[in-house]
Amino acid sequence: MSVAAPVRRPGASSGEGTRVRGGRPLRVGPVSALLRWRQFAVPVAALALLVLAAALSMGRGDYPIGIGEVLRTLAGLADGPQEFVVLQLRAPRVVVGAMVGLALGVSGALFQTFARNPLASPDTLGITSGASVGAVAAIVLSGGSSAGAVLDGLGVPVAALLGALLTGALLFALTWRAGVDGYRLVLIGIALWSVGAALVDWLLTHADIHDAASAYVWITGSLHARTWDHALPLAVALAVLLPLAFAAGRALAVLQFGDDTARGLGLRLAGTQTAVVLLAVGLVGFAVSAAGPITFVALVVPQIAVRLAGGSRPPLLASGVLGALLVVAADLVTRTVLPQALPVGILTAAIGAPYLLWLLIRGRRRSTL
Amino acid sequence: MTISLGTGLLPRADTPGTPDTAARVRLAAEHVRLAYDDRVVVDGLDLELTEGSFTAIVGPNGCGKSTVLRALGRLMRPTSGQVLLDGRAIARTPTREVAKVLGLLPQTPVAPEGLTVGDLVARGRHPHQTWLRQWSRDDEAVVAEALSWTDMADLADRPVDTLSGGQRQRAWISMALAQGTDLLLLDEPTTYLDLSHQIDVLELVGRLHAELGRTVVVVLHDLNLAARYAQRLVAMKGGVLVASGTPEEVLTERLLADVFELEARVLPDPVAGTPMVVPVRRLR
Repeated sequence: MSVAAPVRRPGASSGEGTRVRGGRPLRVGPVSALLRWRQFAVPVAALALLVLAAALSMGRGDYPIGIGEVLRTLAGLADGPQEFVVLQLRAPRVVVGAMVGLALGVSGALFQTFARNPLASPDTLGITSGASVGAVAAIVLSGGSSAGAVLDGLGVPVAALLGALLTGALLFALTWRAGVDGYRLVLIGIALWSVGAALVDWLLTHADIHDAASAYVWITGSLHARTWDHALPLAVALAVLLPLAFAAGRALAVLQFGDDTARGLGLRLAGTQTAVVLLAVGLVGFAVSAAGPITFVALVVPQIAVRLAGGSRPPLLASGVLGALLVVAADLVTRTVLPQALPVGILTAAIGAPYLLWLLIRGRRRSTL
Repeated sequence: MTISLGTGLLPRADTPGTPDTAARVRLAAEHVRLAYDDRVVVDGLDLELTEGSFTAIVGPNGCGKSTVLRALGRLMRPTSGQVLLDGRAIARTPTREVAKVLGLLPQTPVAPEGLTVGDLVARGRHPHQTWLRQWSRDDEAVVAEALSWTDMADLADRPVDTLSGGQRQRAWISMALAQGTDLLLLDEPTTYLDLSHQIDVLELVGRLHAELGRTVVVVLHDLNLAARYAQRLVAMKGGVLVASGTPEEVLTERLLADVFELEARVLPDPVAGTPMVVPVRRLR
């Protein structure tokens, strides 16, 4: 089990009490872990900001409510029209946005660690474009009749989810060669992305103008008119997939090395890779089906998280909470600051892309491509 | 057969393990054939590695020596034959169990950007950890020992990607040490290092063997260094094992001509007394 106690050399500093890693060991009975304050502080701070942004967002609208009142309402201390407005009209939109951001952030962190490449994300790997094909097909092919409106409530999310899962399966099948090579994954993903984009364009050119317009809004990613019905499937998916993703965290730390090193350390490589890809695709699929492809979140947030929290790979928890914060804050801005309400996806791209550029220019880290 | 050769420069403790005749076989290849798709790279390989031995696999480029090391470390599955670890088929042993006994260092491993030396070495504890027990006192003590033993303790907070080549290799060896395995397989650990750092790394590996009793298998290009540090050489050519024995037995002028197509003189190394190859010219 333990090393045949390495002989201590005179002069070399060593021994118990030496802090090997920048963190504080936590040990309770048989349970032990290493806590690093930044990896803990970043999600906590982001969560506080998220609550603030969410409360602000629920207060804004044609019927303004102060932030204190919003918090009171959420705590169940208010009633009347205020309760209806906050809990039924505005909360679903914010909650869906937060859950979508959470799923996208964690999924991006999984993809980037797995592929050992910061450019890997559901956007660049074609998963979201696959979801778009599904959704646009559902909108357009049912078009011409008012059936499109019915499908918009039920059919489009399911079609988007199927599109994402099918693309994920295709990506995995094409990449698999006795294991998954991260570089190959990204190349095939980019190819699938292009195919998906072309299919969407083709569908749009054949569409009736009204369908094309509603399809276009969907493609951009929007939280408009979300209800608790949109939130439920996503909440269930998160409840199942997130614990699994966090359980995979320890394996990710080793998977990050090359294949040979990871296997040398006792990782079941093929099984772990399969599990990680399935989790990441599943998270994206449900997120996209709830709100459309809100781009850039999964690409940018893990990189922001790793720079804020430190470490050698995007931290899952911080990526998730920061993702939620980004989506909710972006949605707040589109509804309040901008003169014209835009779909949230436009703003996440507009905020995320320059921030990533700034980090790349300023940061000491090279991008490992 | 394993006379204490090639380690004359080291402060030798008493030879670890038991005398050769009674030594236990830890790792063995039985009629192993290795192929990439349809291309057979190694065929009919039989090899036994005993407890406490230090073996170097040598041979010309493309002879299959790294492939053999991969198979011994269960990174590659033989198309026929089998590799046995402590008498048990390695392919049917859970990889985590293998990782507690056998550590390996691939050729030029890459550390993720931003990973510190301390974190790298701590990852060596992975096979001993569980989801609940992620950083036990044992882990902490072993990692600290491994760092100080390899003289990396002062660099523990430095990112691996900022280290020099020699320091980096030390960091990886430190990780392998923290893994706490009896067996250690190293694939060309001296690649891209200048001579003094090659010596530095091999001295460190030699100490792992001599002081900590590790069983070491190393793939090496440099015959003189292989002869100096290893007790046993295994020479390969064209995917076949052609010679095995002490450096004196293996490094003959005849073998250099046959295996390396090299006309050479073999003289005693003036420092260590081990065989030293002085090339004359390439044979055609």
